[in-house]
Amino acid sequence: MKPIPVEAGLILAGILFMLGLISVLIRRNIIFMLISVEIMLNAAGLAFITAGARWVQADGQVMFIFILTMAAAEVSVGLALILQIYHQLKTLDSDAANTMRG
Amino acid sequence: MELLWLIPILPYLGATLLILVGSMISRKQVPLIGAGSIGLAALATAVVGIDFLSSGQPYFQQTLWRWMNVGGLDIGITLSLDVLSLVFIFVITFVGFLIHIYSSEFMHDDEGYARFFVFMNLFVGSMLMLVLAGNLVVMYLGWEGVGLCSYLLIGFWYREEKNGHAARKAFILTRVGDTALAIGLFMLFQHLGTLDFREISARAPQVFTVGSETVVIIAFLLLGGAVGKSAQLPLQTWLPDAMAGPSPVSALIHAATMVTAGVYIIARTHVIFELAPSAQQAVATVGALTLLLAGCSAMMQYDLKRILAYSTISQIGYMFLALGVGAWSAAIFHFMIHAFFKALLFLGAGTVIALLHHEHDIFRMGGLRRSMPTVYWTFLIGAASLAAIPLVTAGFYSKDQILWLALAGEKGNGWLFTAALTGAFVTAIYTFRMVFVAFWGEEKTHPAHHAGTAMLLPLIVLAVLSTVAGFIELPHTLGHVQLFSDYLNPVLPEVRMNEALIHDEWIVQLGAALFTFGGIYIAYLFYIQQPHLLPPVKTYFSGLRTYWLAGWGFDAVYNALFVRPFVGIATINKNDVADRLSDGMVAITNYFHRLFAWTQSGIMRWYMMGIVIGTIMVVTISMLINT
Repeated sequence: MKPIPVEAGLILAGILFMLGLISVLIRRNIIFMLISVEIMLNAAGLAFITAGARWVQADGQVMFIFILTMAAAEVSVGLALILQIYHQLKTLDSDAANTMRG
Repeated sequence: MELLWLIPILPYLGATLLILVGSMISRKQVPLIGAGSIGLAALATAVVGIDFLSSGQPYFQQTLWRWMNVGGLDIGITLSLDVLSLVFIFVITFVGFLIHIYSSEFMHDDEGYARFFVFMNLFVGSMLMLVLAGNLVVMYLGWEGVGLCSYLLIGFWYREEKNGHAARKAFILTRVGDTALAIGLFMLFQHLGTLDFREISARAPQVFTVGSETVVIIAFLLLGGAVGKSAQLPLQTWLPDAMAGPSPVSALIHAATMVTAGVYIIARTHVIFELAPSAQQAVATVGALTLLLAGCSAMMQYDLKRILAYSTISQIGYMFLALGVGAWSAAIFHFMIHAFFKALLFLGAGTVIALLHHEHDIFRMGGLRRSMPTVYWTFLIGAASLAAIPLVTAGFYSKDQILWLALAGEKGNGWLFTAALTGAFVTAIYTFRMVFVAFWGEEKTHPAHHAGTAMLLPLIVLAVLSTVAGFIELPHTLGHVQLFSDYLNPVLPEVRMNEALIHDEWIVQLGAALFTFGGIYIAYLFYIQQPHLLPPVKTYFSGLRTYWLAGWGFDAVYNALFVRPFVGIATINKNDVADRLSDGMVAITNYFHRLFAWTQSGIMRWYMMGIVIGTIMVVTISMLINT
């Protein structure tokens, strides 16, 4: 089996990262923003895996485990924040949470 | 004698107690603390004084604790008692006690009854510190303390704006003198390395030669301080305005004690002045000019208390004149007698004013000798003493001595004598003008009620003192008693006489007596016998009259020279130039704050965009640099 070229993996990671980034920027629903951040994290993880496979090093997979752990922590904190915001503001619109402006 | 520290502490203790509990206790108990503390201080003075005089020591010194010790400057809170300070503490505590008794009735219905006694006790305590101080720094502490109390008491009725104005004027004008005094103190320390009175007296003759420049400057600076406090030319304008305070305050502070602090400091540092003959001559000149100027102004006033204020300035002028001709003990003698009769006159005036519904104008009084006989007789005794009626009054013996020594003292001369004699004539005129207009003639205002014992008793005691206190010092021609000057001899040297004139003393006394009676007759002629003679004289001298009424226009000159330019500069510089720098920094910070506050919109997506753009920029720049 012909190995998948490194460029293909990195391009896929780049596309995934851009999709996540764009949806973070344009989405107003705070849950979708959280999901988009997850996509970006996984894109970064994919880039690490690809690089690790290219140089035949375990470091890439180690980093992915780190990212996974961090993502789990981030989701738990993020969901708790979302619950609080919904409790306070009765909406999931992130623009409504602008009371601390200026 | 170990009780010496009690004398200044007792009034301070009274003041502290009144501050703490003054609002809780009843009106009957306030004077018990206020006057009681002064009474105990007077008692302590008597005990200490008798003990001191019987011990025969030249002085007694008590260091309570060390205040500071920096670079050779070792200042202790030192109390020092000698015959000179004994005279002063005697007058301060005894006259002070009488005035406190008087105030207990005079101020009884005032809302600030306890506050009044707090200030008065604080004043007495500071004044005692001033005269008991063993060194110049502790004396300066008391000096500033009495200045503060004077300010507080002039502005005692602070709801009226003009009282506050008078208080500030007194404070600022005396501050001018105090600054001079402080500089004099620094120079003394620089050249002598000590500020202790006894060491100054010992070292000054060794360090300075007679008339050397430094000692003359120091003496003039000390004189500056004395002039400010004692309301002499050219800083005299605050005292007439100081009459805005309650009458007991005028009696105690602005007649009997505080204003004589200048006399005290010159007598205390007489060694310096003897080393600086030109400064001592200036003291005599200031005294002579002041007594004339103030006397002339007193003749024109119609406010009872202002007459007495100008008369005080004039009498302190006599004391300065005596100091200037080296008649130290004569000055202190006149201080003591003046304290008695001027306190009496002010308390009498206060009674009159209080009973006539706060009427100050003597031309609206009239005929009071029938409606308030006790006040009239005591006031008359005080006035006689002020005008120096021969033989029977104490004022005659003290003032006559000054007149005589102004001529026959070694440093005296004809000019000073002429000024003093003219002053005596003017004094007789204004004193009896006041008596005739206010107490004789027909009644114009009827007193509201009668004065109580607490007000009349001090008047009677002071009236007795203003008569008999003179007999402790009689001139050569009349009995030759020298109890007072012999008593002061250990501290103040005897005056050196001009031998050629020594047998002519009776001529001077006769002249002085004639001038006094002449003055009284003129007052009688114009105000009682032939009042119709007065209007033409008044119109003839109308220019001079307005000029003298306004105290020779000093206020106007000072307003034009100092006050208005200062106010002008202050108005121009309303937004302080020095503040521009710090204000500018604040403005710049504010500007950037507004700029960046806009970016903090609270919309999370904008923040995200910021991060993204920032990251792209950083990455781009690092790539550009690496290639």
